[in-house]
Amino acid sequence: MLESLTAFFESLGVSKAAEQVEFLLDPSNIPFAIWETLYAPLIATVLAYVIGLPLGILLVTGEEGGIRPLPKGVMSVLNTVINLLRSIPFLILMVMVFPLSRLILGTAIGTTATIVPLTVAAAPYVARLVEASLREMDRGVIEAAQSMGCSTWQIITKVLLPECKPSLINGATNATITILGYGAMAGNIGGGGLGAISLMRGYGRSQTLVLYVAVIILVILVQVIQSIGTALCVKTDKRITKNSKKGE
Amino acid sequence: MEPIIEMKHLSKTFGDGNSQVAALRDVNIAVEKGEIFGIIGLSGAGKSTLVRCINLLERPDEGEVLFHGKNLMAMSEKELRAQRKKITMIFQHFNLLDQRTSLENVCFPLELVGTPKKEAKKRAMELLETVGLPDKANAYPVQLSGGQKQRIAIARALATNPEVLLCDEATSALDPKTTRETLRLLQDINKNLGVTVIIITHDMKVIEEICGRVAILNHGVVAEIGKVEDVFSMPKTEAGRRLVYPDGLPAELLPKTKVIRVAFNGGTAYQPLIASLAIDCGVKVNILGADTRNIDGKAFGTMLLGLPEDETEAANALAYITSQKDITVEEVPNYHA
Ligand SMILES: Nc1ncnc2c1ncn2[C@@H]1O[C@H](COP(=O)(O)OP(=O)(O)OP(=O)(O)O)[C@@H](O)[C@H]1O
Ligand SMILES: [Mg+2]
Repeated sequence: MLESLTAFFESLGVSKAAEQVEFLLDPSNIPFAIWETLYAPLIATVLAYVIGLPLGILLVTGEEGGIRPLPKGVMSVLNTVINLLRSIPFLILMVMVFPLSRLILGTAIGTTATIVPLTVAAAPYVARLVEASLREMDRGVIEAAQSMGCSTWQIITKVLLPECKPSLINGATNATITILGYGAMAGNIGGGGLGAISLMRGYGRSQTLVLYVAVIILVILVQVIQSIGTALCVKTDKRITKNSKKGE
Repeated sequence: MEPIIEMKHLSKTFGDGNSQVAALRDVNIAVEKGEIFGIIGLSGAGKSTLVRCINLLERPDEGEVLFHGKNLMAMSEKELRAQRKKITMIFQHFNLLDQRTSLENVCFPLELVGTPKKEAKKRAMELLETVGLPDKANAYPVQLSGGQKQRIAIARALATNPEVLLCDEATSALDPKTTRETLRLLQDINKNLGVTVIIITHDMKVIEEICGRVAILNHGVVAEIGKVEDVFSMPKTEAGRRLVYPDGLPAELLPKTKVIRVAFNGGTAYQPLIASLAIDCGVKVNILGADTRNIDGKAFGTMLLGLPEDETEAANALAYITSQKDITVEEVPNYHA
């Protein structure tokens, strides 16, 4: 197996094929890399929603003319902080939050440590995604809820979130994929995973075969996440009738 | 009859500075318990603003809204929310929750007050029977026609046993047949459940079909208010006439005034005559018909003039015209017949 694969890639002109094939076939390498690629971004996505979802809701309900307007000053601070965090490139943000990672986790190096910068980068992005989803809400429906005596809290939990669920799922899919991409970049600061492998081995040691395999697996992961997200969105959206679902 | 809803001196202005719009100006309306009351007006008259002021979705700048004599504007938010369960509303675009079935939509107001699930479902089913759509319980709004959606919305509005139902252009998005069926349903609800209904519309037919009394709203002001047959058969104001007779007054409703035939025998031109009549006597006459020619600045021919309704003004005008040179005047006795 090892010999025949090596011979095959050597015949294709791949240099250092033996070393690369050996690395790729070692069951402890690629599966572990996939795990590392997923777990930090997924935890970061969840944490980003814990912070970003309430912020996104506030952005919509708290604005002038919203269902529970907040003081203008509060809103402009919120908007500025979100814009500021979103405008810092991820690589720089990652280095800037080193002290925060050390404070929370005791270290700034390693896959787990990347959860902190990923969360800090993703939370404002998530807030904007949630805001965009909630803005699709028909004002008339909110008004109808108010005319029935809905409280602000009831409007958020029983009208806004459930009615915007399909769009929120779409947003979450986008967020997960974006954060996965950031996670691959985090390979730079000693995070693990497919991103680190493609950088260190593929690029750093010119192991092109490893580079391609790692990238292809990343692409497949993104495709799978997107498919799951789209399927969930279509399944939950009751505005799409059965017939048009079949037609897709 | 005691009034159930009273609007007192309601005023509401939108915008500020130069772009101010006075949507409501000193509106006073008392709606009696058990009636079907209509509010009609052209687009932009302030109708929606007015209904939205009744349940305080819009807060008036001035005035009071009384429900059973209690001022809603003085209530805390919590008290107001409780009252809103007694004054419910339906809308032109139905405003159903798209992600819920019909049954779940009707359950919604019951969930808000914490009715146990089973009980809420039972009550919602009863309401779907009331509006004639029990078989659509598990359908989502996207699967319903406009008329069916409005019926579900009506069922939802009835869930909390309201005393007043506000309808803002509730039939404006429906075809004539569905409109009639929906109005019939509202009438049944009014009769059988004793719900007071307030209907906002720009469509006279809707008012004629089911309303007992009507208010005409014009540029934020109540122009006329009274029994539908009185207001519609003989509108007293310009705004009322424009609404009831958009193509102009029918002949039998034209004011019955004295009509004279004026013959010009080459004296004063007729245009200056009409103008000087307005300037010298302050009287305006209607030119009902004319067959005159100007020859070298001199008028020949005849003209029919309608004199003002006011008798002294009519007499003044007649005297003035008669006193002109080269003009003969005769009365046309049976012009209106
Ligand atoms: N939120 C608002 N902000 C600014 N102006 C408003 C607002 N709501 C209504 N207006 C203005 O107030 C006036 C009355 O509006 P309203 O919607 O009450 O009219 P309407 O009689 O319901 O008209 P339509 O038949 O078209 O629905 C209009 O000139 C409108 O532009
Ligand atoms: Mg309107």
